[in-house]
Amino acid sequence: MKALGLHLGVLLTLALAGLLLPDYHQGMLTRVLVMAVFATGYNLAFGYTGLLSLGHALHFSAGMMAAGLAMRDGMAPEAALPLGALAGTVSAALTGILALRTKGVSFMIVTLMFAQAFYLTLLYFGAFTGGDEGFPLPGSARQMFGLDLTQPGPRFTVALLLFGIALLVQAALVRGRFGRSMVAIRENEERSRMLGYNPFTIKLTALTLSGLYAGVAGAAYGLLFGYVGAGFGTTQYSILPMLYVLLGGAGTTLGPLLGAGLMAWLIDAASSLTEASLAIIGAVLIALVVFAPKGILGTIRERGAKWLP
Amino acid sequence: MGTGSLLMLATLEGTVMAAVLALAAVGLSLTFGVMRVVNVAHGEFFMLGAVLAWAVAQAMPSAPLGFVAALLIAPALVGALAWVTDTALLKRLNYNPDSTIVATIGLSYLIQQGALSFFGPDARAVAAPFTLRLQFPGFGYSGYKLFVVAAALLVLLAVWWGLTRSRAGLVMRATQVDRNTARAFGINVDRVYAGTFALGAALAALAAVLLAPISQAHYLMGHDPLLLSFIVVIIGGLGSLRGTLLAALVIGLADGILSMLYPPTLAKILATLAVAMVLVFRPQGLFGDRT
Repeated sequence: MKALGLHLGVLLTLALAGLLLPDYHQGMLTRVLVMAVFATGYNLAFGYTGLLSLGHALHFSAGMMAAGLAMRDGMAPEAALPLGALAGTVSAALTGILALRTKGVSFMIVTLMFAQAFYLTLLYFGAFTGGDEGFPLPGSARQMFGLDLTQPGPRFTVALLLFGIALLVQAALVRGRFGRSMVAIRENEERSRMLGYNPFTIKLTALTLSGLYAGVAGAAYGLLFGYVGAGFGTTQYSILPMLYVLLGGAGTTLGPLLGAGLMAWLIDAASSLTEASLAIIGAVLIALVVFAPKGILGTIRERGAKWLP
Repeated sequence: MGTGSLLMLATLEGTVMAAVLALAAVGLSLTFGVMRVVNVAHGEFFMLGAVLAWAVAQAMPSAPLGFVAALLIAPALVGALAWVTDTALLKRLNYNPDSTIVATIGLSYLIQQGALSFFGPDARAVAAPFTLRLQFPGFGYSGYKLFVVAAALLVLLAVWWGLTRSRAGLVMRATQVDRNTARAFGINVDRVYAGTFALGAALAALAAVLLAPISQAHYLMGHDPLLLSFIVVIIGGLGSLRGTLLAALVIGLADGILSMLYPPTLAKILATLAVAMVLVFRPQGLFGDRT
């Protein structure tokens, strides 16, 4: 009950913030919400199941490309968004079947290589995908359920709606039986195998769900901000969700949102002092692994607030 | 140019590539073999070597002098940075695989930004220490490139000798096999780790200094060597030096020859996919023994 109340409270606060914030910050919040959907999916794989993937840019950009190319060819966003979700899901399931044969460091490198190969493929077929320069989506293609997504207000509404669904589904999932088996695998794979679980199936399901989230986020990113490009397939877009999850707290429901939001405003605040946003990302990553490996919410939960979801 | 000359040129280019690659990859292989640390910042150590080579060469009056100075100073500085990184950062993480990967990702961003801020976004040319043109039947070839091959071979031989014949190498191998037993025998494992990490980084920097006159120094140049080094180390078998050298030769030659015949992007796609498949289906590498 407490957890449900907290989640609804956070969503309500976000809705109010969207209404009250000035345009610039509302736009930033929209972007943060979409990236938080991505990071929430990453949290399912990394935070709850312990799968440190370095290749989620693949699922994000697969979703974005599938939806973007379909919309460029005249498909309606109502159909393109599910298509993007499907692309993310399928890409995660296919690479997962192979990558999950490995563990630990090899798993990270294999996922990294798959993502890199996909990125290079996008560049190789640059004439079709737009390559590094990408392509804009015309305003006429960005009309969904009567909402004009070239306007900031409707854009924020859609982002909040998607994040709300992502958050509540995640919360329900991790409280349920399946979520507990995910955590069991993370904590001790051999023991959960002995208890009769099939680690491979559980890990593959978690990874596929995670890909679904990434695909939705990628498709929504292209749809809301009107630009699709291969650049979203670079390694940096695999690192970002990991950074958000680590910062907010891996294995906490609200950690991904907190991490994405904090990083966005940190880089924004620092941009008046320095252009060195890469250095900020680097410094935060290092500080996190050294001083707070459990992230913000993870540390709070450890220091007393045990009920924190 | 006839087919024979073309093939010979491609083989030469491949050999140069293989030499530089082997140096960089051996550094990565050493750190993984001895410390079980995957150093994602390895490519940035490489880049730093090239950028420092440019900086040192700028400060020197003549090109040969600048090159020799760079050859000594750049690997030393990069090695020192790696030493500090190991003692101040990796040791605190207890060399936990997940944490060290995240930390070295962070480090790679910091180094990249540092190079961008201090050296700027332009590609900088470094002058070769000598300009000698060798005439082959059908084409002329840069003597400096052949010097790079010889120098890389010499360094690799030295590393080989050091690891198999010297006391330091024995200590490193002992630590690799079992760090607790090594510690019990009075080996200062912390220093072995710091030294190995520094040596690995210095080898990458050295490779970059040798390569700088052929290509250029640029703050984003670490990306490809990192990927290729990973490929070489994985194909050769993680932590196996012999496999790494063999794989560097095969991949360097293949890269040199294929990139003359096919678009480089396609070659890279196939190479990355091949590596992923090797890790999935033959995790001990193509040349490594199953242990």
